[in-house]
This record gives sequence, C-alpha cells and structure tokens, in this order.
Amino acid sequence: MPDGGPLVLDVQNLNTVFATRGGEVHAVNNVSFSLKKGELLGVVGESGSGKSVTMMSLIGLLPSPPAEVRNGKVMFDGRDLLQTDANTLRDIRGARIGFVFQDPMTSLNPVFTVGYQLREPLIRHMGMNKKAANARAVELLDLVGIPDAAQRLKDFPHQFSGGMRQRVMIAIALACDPEVLIADEPTTALDVTIQAQILELVKELRQKLGMAIIWITHDLGVIAGIADRVMVMYGGQVVEQAPVREIFKNPQHPYTKALLQTIPHVSGERSERLQVIEGQPPMLGAAPTACPFRDRCDVSHDRCERENPERVNTGAGHDVACFLAEKESMNA
Amino acid sequence: MLDNGQKREKLVEVSDLKMHFPIYAGLFRKHVGDVKAVDGVSFDIFDGETLGLVGESGCGKSTCGRAVLRLYDITSGSVKIGGREIGATPQGDLRKMRPTMQMVFQDPQASLNPRMTVEGIIGEPLSEHTDLDRKGKLAKVHELMDAVGLNRAFSSRYPHEFSGGQRQRIGIARALALNPKFIVCDEPIAALDVSIQAQVVNLLEDLQKKLGLTYLFISHDLSMVRHIADRVAVMYLGKIVEVSPRDALYSDPLHPYTKALLSAVPEPDPDVTTDDRVILQGDVPSPSNPPKGCNFCTRCPAVMDICHENEPEFREVSPGRFVACHHHNETTN
Repeated sequence: MPDGGPLVLDVQNLNTVFATRGGEVHAVNNVSFSLKKGELLGVVGESGSGKSVTMMSLIGLLPSPPAEVRNGKVMFDGRDLLQTDANTLRDIRGARIGFVFQDPMTSLNPVFTVGYQLREPLIRHMGMNKKAANARAVELLDLVGIPDAAQRLKDFPHQFSGGMRQRVMIAIALACDPEVLIADEPTTALDVTIQAQILELVKELRQKLGMAIIWITHDLGVIAGIADRVMVMYGGQVVEQAPVREIFKNPQHPYTKALLQTIPHVSGERSERLQVIEGQPPMLGAAPTACPFRDRCDVSHDRCERENPERVNTGAGHDVACFLAEKESMNA
Repeated sequence: MLDNGQKREKLVEVSDLKMHFPIYAGLFRKHVGDVKAVDGVSFDIFDGETLGLVGESGCGKSTCGRAVLRLYDITSGSVKIGGREIGATPQGDLRKMRPTMQMVFQDPQASLNPRMTVEGIIGEPLSEHTDLDRKGKLAKVHELMDAVGLNRAFSSRYPHEFSGGQRQRIGIARALALNPKFIVCDEPIAALDVSIQAQVVNLLEDLQKKLGLTYLFISHDLSMVRHIADRVAVMYLGKIVEVSPRDALYSDPLHPYTKALLSAVPEPDPDVTTDDRVILQGDVPSPSNPPKGCNFCTRCPAVMDICHENEPEFREVSPGRFVACHHHNETTN
C-alpha cells in the first residue's frame, strides 16, 4: 500500500449546489479528501449520497447552471482546477485525468466506430497523426484484453457486448496515460462473471501503469477486493475514511457499521434475519446544520440534532465524522 | 424448514417449458430462427417454500418467471399450479385463476401507473376479481397498506411521491390483494439501495410466514438469494444447469458454472484471498444460436470432448440435487 507518496489530487471543502424548481439541492457538502500517487481510493455510498457529483465537480463535468460549485479547492499539479479556465481544463481532462462512466451502453457514441473514438483523445491530446493513433489504439485494445484488436477497431459499439464496451471505455480513459483515473460505478451494469474479469484487469493495469484510481461503487464486496483506502459518503458528506482493512474490521461511524451488517454473504454464516437501516436517506434541501444520519442512527443524541460533526482522526489514517468517535479519541 | 421427513406438496410443477421468440427477417419477414430464451426447463416448487432462480442477464430467468405465470403464450411444455394444468389454457379462462398467482415486478417505477393513486393501484385487482363495495374495498386497501408498512394516510398519493423502496411496497401490496398462494418476484430488489433492499426482503419473509406464501424469487444477487431461498435453481442460456437445496448449493456447487458464478461474487472482506478464483473467459453466447452440445462448453474451465458433442442430461445425482453436466454422469465417470 502506498503511504507517504506524493499527493496527486487534494480536494478541500468542496460544495456543489443544484438550483432546481423546488429550490436548492445541496448535493455535496464540505467534502475533503486527497489521493496519493498509485493509490486506489474506493468511494462507497447509496444513490444520492453525492459520490458521482463530487467527482464530476472536480473536473468540471457538471453543466452550470443548474450546478454550481460554491467554494472549495481542487489542487492538481500545483493548480486549482476550480479556478482553471475551460480550455486548460479540457487539456487536462482525458489527457491527465481519465474518466470511466457507469453505463457502457450509453457512454460510447453509437455512430462512430470504436477505432475513431479511441483515436480521438490521442489525436487531440497527444498530437498523434492518424496512423500513429491507430497503432496506439490497437495496443490499447490489446491491453484491455479484446481479442483481434486490429479488426475490431472498425466495429461500432453495438457490435460489442456490455463487458467489451466497458473494456473499450477503460481503454479510452487510459489512452493518454493519465495520472488519475476516475471510475464511476464501472462494473455496476455488468454481470458478476464479467465484473470479475474487469476487476482482474484493473488490478493488472494498476501494477503495469501505476496510476492513482478513484473507484466509485455501492458494492462493498468490490471495494474490499481492490481498494487501498475507502471513503464512505452519506447525505453529500464524507462520514468516514480509513484504510480498507480498518473500514471492514473496525468501522467507527454508525452508518458504516450498519451498512456492513445489512449485506448478506455468499459464504460463512448465514443470518436468519437481515439487519435493516430503518427510514430513508435525507433530503438535501438546505446546507446541513446537523448530522445527516441522525434520523436513522441507533445511537444519536441531542447534540446530533444541533451540530454537524466534523471529521476527527481516531487512528492511523482513520477519520470519522461522529460525536461518539470524537469522544473516544479524546479519552484515548 | 426442508427435509424434515414429511412429504411436501408440490404447488408448482414445470416440465420441459420452452419459450421461443421468433426472429423475422428480409423483405417478406420470413421466419429465420428463434431466440430460445427458455429452452426446456423443468422444476418443482413446494408449497410454502422459496425457490431462488439465479443467472446472469439474458439467461432467460425473467422470461421463465413470466412464462410460468402464462404472461406469455408458451411454445411448449407444461405448467401445473396447484395441480391444474395452465400450459395451454386460453387467456380468458386463465383470468379466473389469476387471483392465486401474482407477480412483483423489477422496476417499481415502470410497473405502477403514474396516473393512478395508491388506492387505485392496490384496489384495481379487487374491483376486477371481487364484488366488494367502495367502502369494503377501501378497508381492504388500508389493511394491505398496513401489512406492507405503508402509512394509510398516503392512500390518495401518486407513485412519484414515494421513494423506490416504498414503491416496491405498493407493488407487493397489489400482488397480495387477492390472497394469492404463489408469487413470482422478478428481481424485486435490483433497483433499490443496499439499506432499502434489506427492508424489502425482510418484508417478503414476514409476509411469507404470516400468509403461507410460495415464492419464485428471481435475482442475480447470489448473496441475497442465499438469504431468502430454501432451494436454488441456476440458469444459463435458457436452461437450468443445477437445482439444489440452498446450503448444499453454496457449500458444494456441482456444476462448473455454479462454481464460477459463486467465486465471482466479491466478498466484503479484504482478507479473503482471491487467488483461487475461477475467472470465466469470454461472454455468454447468443440464445438464438446456442453452441452444440452443452450450452456452457464455450466458457467451461473443465470442458471435455463429449461436451461439444452431446447435451448433458438434467438428472438427480443425489437426493434433491439435480445437475446437467457430463462430469456428474455415471456413464462417463
């Protein structure tokens, strides 16, 4: 596990607000995290917890309006990405920060060949000519394990299966050797046997290319298998962040604990009854003034209604936004 | 719950069920082939049990669930529910039998009419099949809403005013309205968040205990099926490859596909080693052009010559365990 490596990405107090007809939606609230070189950061949370919006805000992929990044800082290579002009940002996106989207069915353009879509970033960012780009495209398809790569460049996306299309998406994201790869639920739309193939591929590519990866998912099983560090999001906030073993063996936040108990396993003991987290995730109508998890929490008390806990460090690289953890760390 | 000596009654008996969808092509829309979505499937469901049906997308599990309820006109085969053959019954006669068999659909967003109130949605089967008056109907609707944990006060709201988990509860209440015995649950939790999935699964289990329901639970989530099902059927490319009691299947899978499927499920434990994982190569072949011999022969890690030639027979290898694989065929061993 890389510790102490240089930071490639440092996000501080990011806030994203959507203006909707029903008022403002505070989708991301004071999110701070960092990413070290060569590290795989897993981001877990339920739908609507702000995981995708956070990552899209980083690289300016959200349409504005309705989205508005209120304040915060995203430091990448000595510059603040939120203050960077659109043209420079476009040079960074794709070339230095790659993005793999959730749905491989809709994120490729159906009217262009796979080869065209693979060559596009190479010609745009690397200044290659078509011939060189073509050679590189074949290499990339080989890299992600698509057989008969040279032939398949001429095929259109609909001629690929779901798993193959996701491989193509990964190949496009990898095209310019990015320093950071952001993968937004890249295996959610795939079957388990295909997912297993993609996970193996990512592990292999990481060793080969050594890039830093942010992997967004709601599947804790996937996270356990590949991540170095895990960030748990709830209600637009980071509630807990720790190395992967810590999260699974020693979860501190009540939400993380409950989440780990609700999922059934395929091996080991079978529980007669599933644990549930009662209630619904919060609406994000206003900037939070209290703990977002308080209504569903077993151990909430009156302070949780009044204040929003800040993240405090409770151990090696482990921080938690909960008043109870705060108390324990003070006693320790 | 199972195997405690007493003979249990079969509520659903399916034998050699086939559901082919024709492909037409060319200027004259000539019949050029079939998508064999379900291709010769046999299984029984005992009274009061949950049979889990698992498989990857496109393997025909949903089609199978719908065909069992005769939501399609099946190509061939027989389906008996409560001893009555419904495989060839015309849809008109089937209508009278619908109250005993119901369905919970995958997508609670798409399976509820957005222009009807909750009261209208849950009450529709009642107006169709019973002669309750308005007041009686409303009382029954309220009773059902209590049973699935929805607030009575919301009965005049529309589906869009509810969250995903609540919408699925509406779907379940509608399925329960006519006191059915058999419910096909087609991926009822696939569209829901992890923390909400557990709520819906617990509800289904409670209702089963209270009302003595029998479920066919279709899902691609193997860990959830392990939780809810008594027996599990595994489907691959239109065929059932293995049927076993739950614990036997998860601790000792017989079919190579079941093994691969189970080992592909990521375990939420960072200490689990993944070195002995079976990673399948390639994709599922098209159901319109399945391979010769065993359907799984193109991806099977333990493939033999005979697998490319002959289709393995689906047979009982030990009490209660059925598998279709040449490795478990006495004549070849």
